[in-house]
Amino acid sequence: MKIVLKNLTKVFPSRNKKSNDEVIAVNNFDFEIPDGKLIGLLGPSGCGKSTTLYMISGLQKPTGGQIFFGDDDVTQLSTEKRGIGLVFQNYALYPHMTVKQNILFPLQNLKGADKMPKEKMLEQAYHAAKLVQIEDLMERKPSELSGGQQQRVAIARALVKMPRVLLLDEPLSNLDARLRLQTREEIRRIQKETGITTVFVTHDQEEAMSISDMIVVMKLGVVQQIGEPQSVYDSPANLFVAKFLGTPPINVFEGEVKNETLYIGDEAVLSVPGVASQPVTVGIRPEGFQLDPMGPLKCRLSNVEVMGRDVSIVSKHENSLNPIIRSIINADHKVDIASEFVSYSLKPNKVFLFHKETEDRIFF
Amino acid sequence: MVESKQQWKAWLYLAPAIVLLLVFTVWPIINTVGMAFMEGYSGLTKAGGEATFKIGLGNFIHVVGHPDFQQAMKNTILLCLFTVPLSTILALLIAVALNAIKPLRKALQTIFFLPYVTNSIAIGMVFAAMFNVIGSIGTRRPMIISYGVVNDLIRAFGGNWINWINAGSEYWANMVVMVIYIVWNALPFKILVLLGGLQSINKQYYDAAKVDSTPRWRVLTRITVPLLSPMIAYVVITGFIGGFKEYTSIVGIFGENMGPAHDAGRLNTMVGLIYDSLEMDNQGGASAAALILFGIILIVTLINLQVSKKRVHY
Repeated sequence: MKIVLKNLTKVFPSRNKKSNDEVIAVNNFDFEIPDGKLIGLLGPSGCGKSTTLYMISGLQKPTGGQIFFGDDDVTQLSTEKRGIGLVFQNYALYPHMTVKQNILFPLQNLKGADKMPKEKMLEQAYHAAKLVQIEDLMERKPSELSGGQQQRVAIARALVKMPRVLLLDEPLSNLDARLRLQTREEIRRIQKETGITTVFVTHDQEEAMSISDMIVVMKLGVVQQIGEPQSVYDSPANLFVAKFLGTPPINVFEGEVKNETLYIGDEAVLSVPGVASQPVTVGIRPEGFQLDPMGPLKCRLSNVEVMGRDVSIVSKHENSLNPIIRSIINADHKVDIASEFVSYSLKPNKVFLFHKETEDRIFF
Repeated sequence: MVESKQQWKAWLYLAPAIVLLLVFTVWPIINTVGMAFMEGYSGLTKAGGEATFKIGLGNFIHVVGHPDFQQAMKNTILLCLFTVPLSTILALLIAVALNAIKPLRKALQTIFFLPYVTNSIAIGMVFAAMFNVIGSIGTRRPMIISYGVVNDLIRAFGGNWINWINAGSEYWANMVVMVIYIVWNALPFKILVLLGGLQSINKQYYDAAKVDSTPRWRVLTRITVPLLSPMIAYVVITGFIGGFKEYTSIVGIFGENMGPAHDAGRLNTMVGLIYDSLEMDNQGGASAAALILFGIILIVTLINLQVSKKRVHY
């Protein structure tokens, strides 16, 4: 089931009637989510990603625009009739019911032609439980489960009625780091097995990048970029997206283009054919640096962190907009910790130029 | 734990309350237990210096065997059985409805709470006036001046008027009036407690229920009531305790007669009986009756707790 969002807008009116400080949580969101894909809505808090999710679920009514499930316009349809599965951030498992009762609950609500006999319900429930590997916990109460187990129960409850669309609100935020890694793979596996179109919300770019077929990066209610995780990472549309994606984060410098050459400080660091002369903001991915004794970018070395396969070099440069520059270099290269400076040459495909005011990408 | 040197200070601060409690609560309780086992004990005989009583279970045997006690027992239990479930269910429905609306909620909440701050004797008198028939009833040619508001309503819908509380009225009619009055009087507190409970239920459960396409009735029975069960248990237990102590409500409607004019004492309750015994200078009997009442309340509460252990979640 594909989901189509057309000019989707949500405005929260201001609390104070006299002042006019209404909040535009989601602004003109246009997107067609292809059938059977896993989509990550990504952005810092307050960017409107959860609001978008809740508008798809029907729990919040859009101020403008339309939502289609397949070809059906569901904009005015109440949540009950949308046939969605939703996993809440803190799961919202019914505390007085056992795991089994929780998973059975959506099935018991089915009416008319969808109504099924008890044995069928149990079979479905156990099937869903098996999918998330909690068959052994069916008789427990939610309070007797760990966070990760509760999370799986919530997913099983959302999946059991085979929803048209599965929505997950920050599904991993309550889990510890280890469990998070494991669970996100799990979500990916379950989504692939069931083929249900899935939208999930997260503020963690790594999480979104690792399992999504497509990511949507949002900022203050406005969609910044939509695309496959790798292509968004490799070719960010603007400085915000470039900064938001990637760990360690991108290094940002003040620079200037003169005669189709990029200068950082006084050094000509890269030739940028076709770019008009202007001051620019330069983003360089940590893996975009190459150790090169003759390299044009000379930074003051402050620290070398060994991470096994790679080393991370922390250095400083007066034109850097971040307090430190972090580069990631293959561990085969030797760095003399005692030396005062470190020199780099740059990989052109890892260097992005942005307009100084609009922060839009300048391609070269 | 407070340092032992500081403890005397704590005791000093506690002293006023402890002394008052000892004198006016603890000692009377001990004394009650003592008096209950003294047959024929009376404050007067004691004042006269003659100790004519003997120790034994005579008071209990006398009280239990007395027809007044059996009548009071029956009245009290009947009132409890009718009023507690009825007022709890009504309060639950009203609280859920109040919680669901936005406009006028505060105003309606205040209106529903008004009976709580009103004197129950005054309310009783108003209720009595509503059910009172003024005129000569039971004579060969009855002269009715006023049927009372309730009978007027019944007559407006084409029914026959009923003698609710006046001389010649029937027992069931009296009980109906009492049940209506007690339920109405008990509602505010219960609504308040249940509404508080409702407001502390996480809204996300209702969002989850919506996502699961849960019909309204099932939301109430499968989600609201279970999540509210600790409050409901509290309301039921305190309701039964209050019910067994019912007294002023009867006085409010029937006056000190505790029954319609032709059959005084017919609606007497356990607490009423204890007061009567005291008035007749039968402290031994009153103490025994009080202990019996205490035992009954204890048993009912234990049963309530046992039931709620199975039905109340968390």
